[in-house]
Amino acid sequence: MTFTHTQINNAAAAVSPTSEPELAGFIAESYARAAPMRVVGGSTRFQSEAIAADQTLTSRRLSGIVTYEPGALTLIARAGTPIEEIEAALAAEGQGLAFEPMDHRKILETKGVPTVGGMVSANISGPRRIYAGACRDHLLGVRFVDGRGRVIRNGGRVMKNVTGLDLGKLLCGSHGTLGVLTEVALKTLPVAESQQTLAFPGTSVKGAIEIFATALATPFEVSGAAFRFGTAWLRIEGLCPQVDYRRQRLSALFRDREIDIVSEADSRMLWRGLRDLHHFAGSNVPLWRILVKPSEAPAVVARLDALGGNVSLDWGGGLVWFETNANGSAVRHAAGMGQAMLLRRGTPPNSDGFPPEGASIARLSAALRRTFDPAGILNPGLMDK
Amino acid sequence: MPTIVMPDPDAGVIARAPQIIAALEAALPAGTVISSPEETRAYECDALTAYRCPPLAVVLPRTTEEVATAMRVCHELRVPVVPRGAGTSLAGGALPTADSVIIGIMRLREILEVDTANRFIRVQTGVTNLAVSAELEAEGFFYAPDPSSQLACTIAGNIAMNSGGAHCLKYGVTTNNLMGVRIVLATGDIVEVGGPLLGMSGLDLVGLICGSEGQLAIVTEATLRIVPRPEGARPVLIGFDRPERAGECVGRIIRSGLLPVAIEYMDDVCLRAVEAFVKAGYPNCAAVLIVEVEGSEAEIDHQIERIRLIAEELNPVEFRASRTAEESLAIWKGRKSAFGAMGRLGDYLCLDGTVPVSKLPHTLKRIGELSKAYGLEVANVFHAGDGNMHPLILFNANAPGELERAEEFGADILRLCVDVGGCLTGEHGVGIEKRDLMTKQYTADDLAIQMEIKSVFDPAWLLNPAKVFPLEVSQPHRDKASRCP
Repeated sequence: MTFTHTQINNAAAAVSPTSEPELAGFIAESYARAAPMRVVGGSTRFQSEAIAADQTLTSRRLSGIVTYEPGALTLIARAGTPIEEIEAALAAEGQGLAFEPMDHRKILETKGVPTVGGMVSANISGPRRIYAGACRDHLLGVRFVDGRGRVIRNGGRVMKNVTGLDLGKLLCGSHGTLGVLTEVALKTLPVAESQQTLAFPGTSVKGAIEIFATALATPFEVSGAAFRFGTAWLRIEGLCPQVDYRRQRLSALFRDREIDIVSEADSRMLWRGLRDLHHFAGSNVPLWRILVKPSEAPAVVARLDALGGNVSLDWGGGLVWFETNANGSAVRHAAGMGQAMLLRRGTPPNSDGFPPEGASIARLSAALRRTFDPAGILNPGLMDK
Repeated sequence: MPTIVMPDPDAGVIARAPQIIAALEAALPAGTVISSPEETRAYECDALTAYRCPPLAVVLPRTTEEVATAMRVCHELRVPVVPRGAGTSLAGGALPTADSVIIGIMRLREILEVDTANRFIRVQTGVTNLAVSAELEAEGFFYAPDPSSQLACTIAGNIAMNSGGAHCLKYGVTTNNLMGVRIVLATGDIVEVGGPLLGMSGLDLVGLICGSEGQLAIVTEATLRIVPRPEGARPVLIGFDRPERAGECVGRIIRSGLLPVAIEYMDDVCLRAVEAFVKAGYPNCAAVLIVEVEGSEAEIDHQIERIRLIAEELNPVEFRASRTAEESLAIWKGRKSAFGAMGRLGDYLCLDGTVPVSKLPHTLKRIGELSKAYGLEVANVFHAGDGNMHPLILFNANAPGELERAEEFGADILRLCVDVGGCLTGEHGVGIEKRDLMTKQYTADDLAIQMEIKSVFDPAWLLNPAKVFPLEVSQPHRDKASRCP
């Protein structure tokens, strides 16, 4: 049987099926041969060296929006649909993806196209995660092909669904190791009619964490809380009078601090830059994504600073970005109880494995991977060293 | 005879009952194991009361370790285990079998950690849903999922069923508010999963366990996301003379960019029952919507004005906006007493299918036609904003054959939900109630992988037997498991 091939990013030709049956056929055939494959979406993130495979499968050409019902806040798209295409369709109806998926192209200097399948596989979620939840919280249903070539459906297209086990959650963030997504259903939300950002210049990491803790305990629905290079930012969104009111109330809480206001289009541009880490672009120094409890961020950042590098914060301090030439084990050590993962490998590449897991979790996760992919052909080595 | 069949109990287990009870009593502190028939009868059913069966024994541990001990004993002796929270499941999710031991977590009631700086609370799962929010009230936070049984239901049950509630249109359901769990596996092993960090890497086992209906593990502790209390909230009541106008209004509100906390729907059958019961002062019309918005006084006024403009295009027979706390209570009073009001009309089955919001008018019309065909009255009261319907089928349990006819009618409604692109259950879970309809929503492969996942966590298929998966579909798994050493 022959399969459709496409050239991606000057790499070896990838198998790029144009239909779900073709994709399922390729996996079934690879399963029979026990032939491992690298699974990719639009190839905008780095290709892990941990994966040992001679062939590459991409869902890039399974493309197109299947249905979009603005009144039901739901969209179904094939896995290879560019996120840009989805965002354009949603914007025409005044809606968007509330979890604000990051675009990695600028920071990683990649040429691919971010796809909705890649986004779900990696559970990509931006600054609004602290308010609106992650990609996984907006995933209503999936269709995917498992490691034997079986086409499987789970969830659906409705907002509330508790019918059977929730495999969508399991697939989201599984980085192609459990199955290859062919179609996803997402919850869409109206884009707020107004947004403003409070900027706090001359702020330390400790000061930023205090600002975040105070603001995120208010009912003013702060939808972004980030920090970079001495400035902390708080974003508020909503109906016009709502945003004005919330800005006044928040400003009053911090009346002893200097505050600049960034409004509407300028605010949207600012958050796009924060989301896509433009402040770390144009460099090839390894960049780490470290998850911590916000209250522990100052201590973690102090330890990271001792290694040398640049820090920025998102998610109210729960996410620390760290650009450094220090080696991986030193970064993981400094992260303490936090979880460190490499986003940009640098040259020469750093080891890019996932953070180590406890023995019980590792055992359950390995058993689940074997259940979905008995021959170990889907991105082997990526999550299971 | 009700139509849902449970498998015959394992005669081998029943024969060994005295040894099993003795082994549990030997391994656990005094007062933990209940085995006298007078006492186990209290556990013979949950809120799906048409189905009853006393268990072999009931274990009520006080710690995670005691849960683990009970699980280990049951695993070694190959005794099925039925996990139980407060027993408020409407789907038979906690229905025992005669050969099973119930492990109830209602004595695990400690609040372990309140951390407002990092915005989470960690609790033992026998804590009730409402008690979690009560604990947070002084801090200005709350726990968002609010199933209508929240006074009684436990966090363990909420996690098992991925419970929703009226306010999940804005705040999401349990899975969107659950950060970590401590679980006891069928073998008795204790595992920590997830925790207070956002966006942890690795497979999302927390997401898998949430909503798994006791098929994978017993959850004894939970780390829950907490959110700041809104400054205020007020509802509006909108009455329409045609159901499809109410349905249209729901869609228009959602598209407008407003994000109400709740949009509730009640039809004429329900309105009449409620009026007779609590005299809520609702209009006499075909359908009522209750829409609640949050914020400061001015923010609420602004949102209500926008809703009024949307509603008026659809010629409502009444538009009543609450201005005070008393008026808010009055508007909610009828909705909150709806199930009680329906109970006065007779016995009822409460369904829980979800449909795409755009299909609400069609679905309501079709339910009306089915109601005539079956000769059974049906009332509709539900969370319209997310398409989660709760048709209540009225019947007389004492009339021979009526329960069976009501169940058939219910199954037809759920098939209809699937046919229009929805699902069998939005927030109550599958349990035994929708078990045999799973093949309507899922293919053989869809179900096969779910059962393979269960086998990873529970290789001997001892946890919550005969739920979720249709019996004939799960037969090979159960046969294989029973041959395990």
